Amino acid sequence: MLRFDHVCKRYPDAGEALSDVSFHLDKGEIAFLTGRSGAGKSTLLKLIAMMEQCTRGSVMLDGQNISKISDRRIPYMRRNLGLIFQDYKLLNDRTVFDNVALPLVVCGVNHQEVSRRVRAALDKVSLLGKERKYPLALSGGEQQRVGIARAIVNKPKLILADEPTGNLDPDLSAEVMHMFEEFKQVGVTVLIATHDIELIHRLGHRELRLDKGHLVAS
Amino acid sequence: MNHRQRKHLGKRLQEKFEAYLLNHAHGLFSSLGRLSRTPFTSSMTILVLAIAISLAGCFYIVVANIQQLTGNLESSNQMSLFLKDHITEAAGQKLAEQIKQNASVDAVKFITKKQAMEEFKANSGFGDALNALDTNPLPSVIQVLPKNALESNEEIDKLMAEFKQLPQVDFVQVDMQWVEKLQTIMLIASRGVMLVSLLLGFAVTFITGNTIRLELQNRQDEVFISKLVGATQSFIQRPFLYTGFWLGFIAGFLAWLIITIMLLILESPVEKLSTLYNGSFELLFLSFSEFILLLMIASTLAVLGSWAVLHYQLRQLKPQ
Repeated sequence: MLRFDHVCKRYPDAGEALSDVSFHLDKGEIAFLTGRSGAGKSTLLKLIAMMEQCTRGSVMLDGQNISKISDRRIPYMRRNLGLIFQDYKLLNDRTVFDNVALPLVVCGVNHQEVSRRVRAALDKVSLLGKERKYPLALSGGEQQRVGIARAIVNKPKLILADEPTGNLDPDLSAEVMHMFEEFKQVGVTVLIATHDIELIHRLGHRELRLDKGHLVAS
Repeated sequence: MNHRQRKHLGKRLQEKFEAYLLNHAHGLFSSLGRLSRTPFTSSMTILVLAIAISLAGCFYIVVANIQQLTGNLESSNQMSLFLKDHITEAAGQKLAEQIKQNASVDAVKFITKKQAMEEFKANSGFGDALNALDTNPLPSVIQVLPKNALESNEEIDKLMAEFKQLPQVDFVQVDMQWVEKLQTIMLIASRGVMLVSLLLGFAVTFITGNTIRLELQNRQDEVFISKLVGATQSFIQRPFLYTGFWLGFIAGFLAWLIITIMLLILESPVEKLSTLYNGSFELLFLSFSEFILLLMIASTLAVLGSWAVLHYQLRQLKPQ
């Protein structure tokens, strides 16, 4: 599903952020991406989200090489991804419904279908009934769940989560992780960048550990 | 592909198209709503645009009015032979008869000094002032209408030179020449208006472009998030283009209002002046089709300015 082959990423003034990283994630696999701050976790996620392009090597997503993808094709390729951010990245001037609907609207899904799928996604994160609310009227945990609903509404093949439990208490974190395991059941690949070592050990999924740009465990 | 698959595909395409239209409608109205939520900023921009557009429109309508005034002048090849001051009425009459014999001449009309004075008094509106003059300063004139066959300038020039040789004639003027001069002046004026309008058009484009650039900065998060969930460039720029459209459209309407109000203010003094000159000059307003054209040009320029900015800036905006 996702394959890194000898990937290097060098920034002009910050040096090498990733050096010779190779790994492979299967369909329906869950993996944690760990490492200290500055180890290259964000860079790795950015390469997958096509926010950056690697200097050497190749990144394959669902059989397509996204390391040399043209600007024009990026939007279409991104529709296979569900992105979850630590700071949620919600639009605060739009309702929960509109936030979750965004990935569908950009694809040109028709009105009834949007409505149906947004409700299904909100139901999944137990937020049905809060569609008309604005993000700032929700708690941090609820906002994160809106972000998750938005990531899954388009039925992506790969979910990338950057510190999804960073702002949540242990109960909520466990709930979110449980949700990810459910996605795995339906064949979605999940890659989670996190500091939460305890959580990783408890769940016992595969761990990709980065240290100074090198993959030290996979 | 069997019949059912084809039907299914057709239905899906139709749904996509409906979603696309809905998206456009949403862009059209949400951008208007957004403008109304920042009334101060929006109205400042729209006013500046409206003033630029109305300036161009005013120049245009002034030239159109003057053209209306001069357009009635027929360009004919009629010549006026102004006679020397000492030539008597009888001698002038005789000369006129003589000229009429010329093969190139179609008709001749002799106007005595006195007749010229009467005519001038009646038409110029300076009747009383002219009464104050002791002597009649106007010369006698022989108006000569050449044969129609004489179309070319060379033949006219030749005839003119011939008349100039006559000892009784002071100078010869071809009416067409001053009509031509006037028309040339009008051409320069309308061309000048065109150039100034072009500049003002650029102003409209740049002002809108800059407004959209600021709007883009304010809504950076929205752009980033849209990009990250797979929005294409055209999807992201659509609401901004509609904002540009509304700015131009409303400014165009306002400019029409400004021009019309200005003309209404000028209408009565112009009418007064016209009656003083015994004229029947009527002030020209913008016609309905010109009004529509104004709206179209204004909104097109604004959309163009927005598009240029979006085209370059959206690429630069990469989500972090």
